[in-house]
Amino acid sequence: MIRHHLSDALLTGYSAGILPEAFNLLVATHVSMCDECRARLQAQDAVGGALLEDSGAVAMAGGALAAVLERIGADAPERPAPRRASTGIFPTPLQEYVGGDSDAVAWRSVGGGVRQAILTQGPDSSARLLYIPPGTAVPDHGHHGTELTLVLQGAFRDETDHFARGDVEIADEALEHTPVAEPGAPCICLAVTDAPLRFNGLIPRLLQPFLKI
Amino acid sequence: MTSDDDSLRYANLMIAVARDADKAAFAALFTHFAPRVKAFLIKSGATPAVAEDCVQDVMATVWRKARMFDPARASVATWIFTIARNRRIDLLRRDRRPEPEDLPWGPEPEPDQLDSLVLQQETERLGEALARLPEDQRALIERAYFGDLSHSQIATATGLPLGTIKSRIRLALEKLRQHMS
Repeated sequence: MIRHHLSDALLTGYSAGILPEAFNLLVATHVSMCDECRARLQAQDAVGGALLEDSGAVAMAGGALAAVLERIGADAPERPAPRRASTGIFPTPLQEYVGGDSDAVAWRSVGGGVRQAILTQGPDSSARLLYIPPGTAVPDHGHHGTELTLVLQGAFRDETDHFARGDVEIADEALEHTPVAEPGAPCICLAVTDAPLRFNGLIPRLLQPFLKI
Repeated sequence: MTSDDDSLRYANLMIAVARDADKAAFAALFTHFAPRVKAFLIKSGATPAVAEDCVQDVMATVWRKARMFDPARASVATWIFTIARNRRIDLLRRDRRPEPEDLPWGPEPEPDQLDSLVLQQETERLGEALARLPEDQRALIERAYFGDLSHSQIATATGLPLGTIKSRIRLALEKLRQHMS
């Protein structure tokens, strides 16, 4: 049962197509796991539809319809191909970034048993997978921007709440937190930020340039 | 602004395209939507010539993917908006935007008439609510949807009543899941 969902602002941004890549990846991954947010997103898309309907029209060139009909030719609309939902722990959009499921991740140790794998890193956002053994804490850190964390396996707890598979934690600059993986399976999360993380301890801070986070 | 009848009529035209490869139905949809998609692309920053080409791509996709249209979950305008938005992201080389996993099934071959009717009506209500918004609020939504706003500028919700549409779509998703199991 998913308890922590995407925000309205994230769904609006995704529907409008103006989120940075890493955020798009997290939204697409969560929506793949959550019918509630799938329905909220499709409702949000209806805003785009209403704008399309009501924001004016610009006449097409004379032969436009004929040109499209010629392109279509004698082809009937496609039959939807049977599609398979992901059977692993990573939904399809995430598998496309990793090149497979959790066993295909190129993990790198970042100390204390914690591992990470950077999936995409750009000027506006970065996405990485985190692997946190049960009972282990991710170094206490704050954020310059927004950090979103989506749980894919296991669970973690921090000062705010408990987060299990499918849950999203939305942390803004004000939140300084120490996520600790719960007992049981190792916790695997997708974490995205729109600014570099800053760690509070001295050692993690010195390591930051090497960790590229 | 369309009336309830228009929304339903477009949905029925889409179904005629999907089911019967009906080119007259497609031509009627083209006449209404192609100029709107063109306006959308121009407002999003495309030149008129580029927009003209892209509309042709979008409308060809509307034909090709017609069987994916589900009147219990979207109006034709909404569905075409998603196709146009994706084309715009490619066109303007915006950030890559992965799509959610598809549902493992397409729409039902015979969508429930009442579900479709209610969803189409609720979408009309949304259009009316959008038209009644204060000008500055509507302008903000337009800027977001025409790609003229950064994500950090969307701090608040749109102020539009989406709860009923969301509930109808949720219901349709549940029915589909039951239908498949």
